[in-house]
Amino acid sequence: MQILFSSQQLNLTIKRLSRQLVENFENLDEVVFIGIQPRGVKLSDRIVNNIRHFFPDEKVEYGILDITFYRDDIREELHIANQTHVPFSIEGKKVILIDDVLYTGRTIRAALDALQDFGRPQKVALCVLVDRRFNRELPIQPDYCGKSIDTLESQKVKVAWEREEVVLY
Amino acid sequence: MQLSTKHLLGIKDLLTDDISLILSTATQFKEVLQRQIKKVPSLRDVTIVNLFYENSTRTRISFELAEKRLSADTINFTTSNSSVSKGETLLDTVNNILSMKVDMVVMRHSAGGAPHFLAKHLPDTAIINAGDGINEHPTQALLDAFSIVEKTGSLTGKKVVLVGDIMHSRVALSNIYLLKKMGAEVMVAGPPTLIPVYIKEALDVQVEYNLKKALEWCDVANVLRIQLERQNQVLFSSLREYNLAYGVTKKILDSLNKEIIIMHPGPINRGVEIDSDVADSHQSIILQQVENGVAVRMAVLYLLAGRQN
Repeated sequence: MQILFSSQQLNLTIKRLSRQLVENFENLDEVVFIGIQPRGVKLSDRIVNNIRHFFPDEKVEYGILDITFYRDDIREELHIANQTHVPFSIEGKKVILIDDVLYTGRTIRAALDALQDFGRPQKVALCVLVDRRFNRELPIQPDYCGKSIDTLESQKVKVAWEREEVVLY
Repeated sequence: MQLSTKHLLGIKDLLTDDISLILSTATQFKEVLQRQIKKVPSLRDVTIVNLFYENSTRTRISFELAEKRLSADTINFTTSNSSVSKGETLLDTVNNILSMKVDMVVMRHSAGGAPHFLAKHLPDTAIINAGDGINEHPTQALLDAFSIVEKTGSLTGKKVVLVGDIMHSRVALSNIYLLKKMGAEVMVAGPPTLIPVYIKEALDVQVEYNLKKALEWCDVANVLRIQLERQNQVLFSSLREYNLAYGVTKKILDSLNKEIIIMHPGPINRGVEIDSDVADSHQSIILQQVENGVAVRMAVLYLLAGRQN
């Protein structure tokens, strides 16, 4: 087992991602943040909290998205749905999708499909904590990334939020 | 996590975990139905046939909408314009349809046990009971439960009275099974001729012949339809008399010292089992039930389609 992020590194990286996002998206009026259920939401909560802390007077639109109903593997495996809460239109907005680990890219593929049902965004960017860069099955890349790692298919990456660390095993 | 069953034949066969899973999945589908675009691609390439051997408006439309919102392909079948009128048997009809590669069958039939018969002969196809004779109507009970939970927060400890024609009501039987499994208290109320004699012992429910007492006891009253089409003997003297003794009227609700929730599975016989001003009042969640029906049926279809390997 290898520790990818200790608690301190995790905090620094999340702060860095938050700062990178506000650096590139100056006008928060036209940006919406969307965390992907279930595990991306922990990360997006932290990022959005940071951003609200940087700009306490600005309204930061934040939603959570569950992609279960957009998966392409219902005949192979049944997944249980989580809550979706996107209480605003994303029409013409810049959407920042946030997930913890980018692996095959299939979740993000489903999320892109799901987003269509909430409007036509002007732009979609992807922010992840860990990018398992050699395991992609679809042409999807992150725009903001905590750490890029090389892994085998047999390995697993786990973000343990309760211990504030990320491990590879 | 998945359902313990491949078919939805009745509430009787479900575990409490199954019911909770269906209700929680329905909550997520209800959110989908609030969106501007109310359609998800979950059941793309799943083909569903709706076999309705008996009349239905709400249930058929509700199932069909649920299927379309899930992007399934649907075929509708009603007996009046099919080969059933030429004398084809149920099993032959279904086998013929299935040989055209259908994944799921939603069936309503006037004979109790018809979906169980199909499930026995067609173990690989998901069969969903949309009402079989006077036996069960599981999706109605699920949507009733969903509506109660949505309105009051939970089923545990809730006092629910089913009013009216218990004897001929598949909605009543499914509701009793479900409410008991989920920890609610159940009472049936109506004229003695419309309540099966051994229901108290057989299903462990309370029986009350006085409507006012029943309504005073309950939190929720589910008023059942007088099934005029299933009465082949005279069990009460007239609709007018039924309304006088067992009709849920504004007057009787006003005389209670609390506000109860009024439900009805539809179609309503206005002025018989329920008066118009009650059916349209703010206490009534009849239209929410119909709305929730689509979400609950989406959940059932989704969970059963995912069960097929």
